[in-house]
Amino acid sequence: MSGRAVLAQARLETRLLVRSSESLLITLGIPLGVLVFFSLVPVLPTGDTDAVTFLVPGVLALSATATGLVASAIQTAYERKSGALKLLGATPLGRPGFVAAKLASVLAVLIVQTGLVLGLALGLLGWRPQGGLLGIALTVPAVLLIGLVMASLGLVLAGTLTAELTTAVSNALFLVLLMLGGVAVEPDVLPDALAVIGAASPLGAAVVALRSLLDGAAGGPAAAAALLGWGALGTALAARTFRWEA
Amino acid sequence: MAVIEVEGLVKRYGALTAVDGLDLSVARGETLALLGPNGAGKTTTVECLEGYRRPDEGRVRVLGLDPIADARELSPRIGLMLQEGGLYPHVRPAEILHTFAAFHDDPEDPDALLTSLGLDDVRDARYRSLSGGQKQRLALALALVGRPEVLFLDEPTAGLDPVARRTTWELLAERTRGGTTILLTTHLLDEAAAVADRVAIIDRGRLRLLGTPAELTAGGDGSVTVRIDPTPDAAMLAARLAAHLGVEVRPEAGDRLRIAALATPTLLTALAGFLTAHGGDLADLRASGRTLEEVYLRLVDDPELQRSTAVVA
Repeated sequence: MSGRAVLAQARLETRLLVRSSESLLITLGIPLGVLVFFSLVPVLPTGDTDAVTFLVPGVLALSATATGLVASAIQTAYERKSGALKLLGATPLGRPGFVAAKLASVLAVLIVQTGLVLGLALGLLGWRPQGGLLGIALTVPAVLLIGLVMASLGLVLAGTLTAELTTAVSNALFLVLLMLGGVAVEPDVLPDALAVIGAASPLGAAVVALRSLLDGAAGGPAAAAALLGWGALGTALAARTFRWEA
Repeated sequence: MAVIEVEGLVKRYGALTAVDGLDLSVARGETLALLGPNGAGKTTTVECLEGYRRPDEGRVRVLGLDPIADARELSPRIGLMLQEGGLYPHVRPAEILHTFAAFHDDPEDPDALLTSLGLDDVRDARYRSLSGGQKQRLALALALVGRPEVLFLDEPTAGLDPVARRTTWELLAERTRGGTTILLTTHLLDEAAAVADRVAIIDRGRLRLLGTPAELTAGGDGSVTVRIDPTPDAAMLAARLAAHLGVEVRPEAGDRLRIAALATPTLLTALAGFLTAHGGDLADLRASGRTLEEVYLRLVDDPELQRSTAVVA
């Protein structure tokens, strides 16, 4: 594995990630759709808070989930199914090089998503976070870290399930996390049991952590710890269970 | 030193022994074809050499290196084409080949390779829209782009039309002239005969026969097959010819007569005498009529031969 090999593969992975329209729908369509729709249509019971202020942390975390846990997982699962992974593992890129390229492609897409979400919120939706510029600046690396956590969980799915099952499970998880993770629905309105599950989920923890960075909300350190726990679990499981052949 | 060494290789999958004590060695610049029916252990053998499978017993070396322990050192020096190896549905041939080229320090020019494999027209098409033959040629291009010293090709021309197969063979021959060593698996006997310096016939994980195509097809039962024009009645003609030559003659399909004797000058003179005496022209004559296919089918069909391991060379 050389830097040049990883870079070449990362470019290919990134191009492939944005080439399929299903993948774009998940990575850009749904997060930006949630942001714009709920910012402009006053259906969220956000009380004193602006809808956009409530939405931005969730939509950023949702973007990371869409790319890491859904789009990249599905792409990886099909790479495994097709035999491309098996072949790549035996090239000078090697298996560590492949994983590095895969994560780099997730980060590349996530940088574009983050730019679009922040740009749209600041430029068009009148978003003014309490944390100010420093909060925004800290948010970008935090979102990338969330992307890596989600990608580790995505690799657990892609490396163990069939491609078809990876697609189904990751989409289902996305929907459940979207509803329970505090993105567009405030955790307070959920039944207690669901609220607990939502808060403990990787997306729920990510939303709280980002909310704390951007708006000084409580619970940031605990949420960050939970998020890192998910990342450690995902990485350990992926390293143990990932299969390179179909 | 042999470039590919297989010594006493055993690989089991549960109760099934896929490779059962195989020995092979391939010299630099040599092309060895592994020939055998489905499930013979061809792919397992190749995958042990590619580092995908860990041998249960025995030892495999490629360029003197252990395919698993020394994978990092070995991977830049080998090229491989997997059986039914697919790629991403949305990838374009040119971009994947350029990506693979970037894995190597001194790759071949990807665009020239696309041209020589006849993939120019589809260089920016999506992989899933390619024909089976185009996918196969792209897989070969990916194997070749790093200028490998050793090529492992698992059924490289499966699904190719005859012209594309011939082009592929020529391309491989060019590489071996440059010193590349090739191990390929095939069920195609004509492919083995056309490209391989030596052919190893394996069945049930064991080596059955090993030799050059000429060695494997030489000798045999020493028969001569003729067709005489006209042949109004093959059975009667066979009986007359047998009486004239003093050896057994059996009529076969297509009015051919199989003479159970070696194609010696004496036999051929006697045959000419028969034609002169009885009238008729020699429409076809084939001496020592063993094709690689006959060798193979006899070996794979014959339970007696399957129990013994006959190694010609």
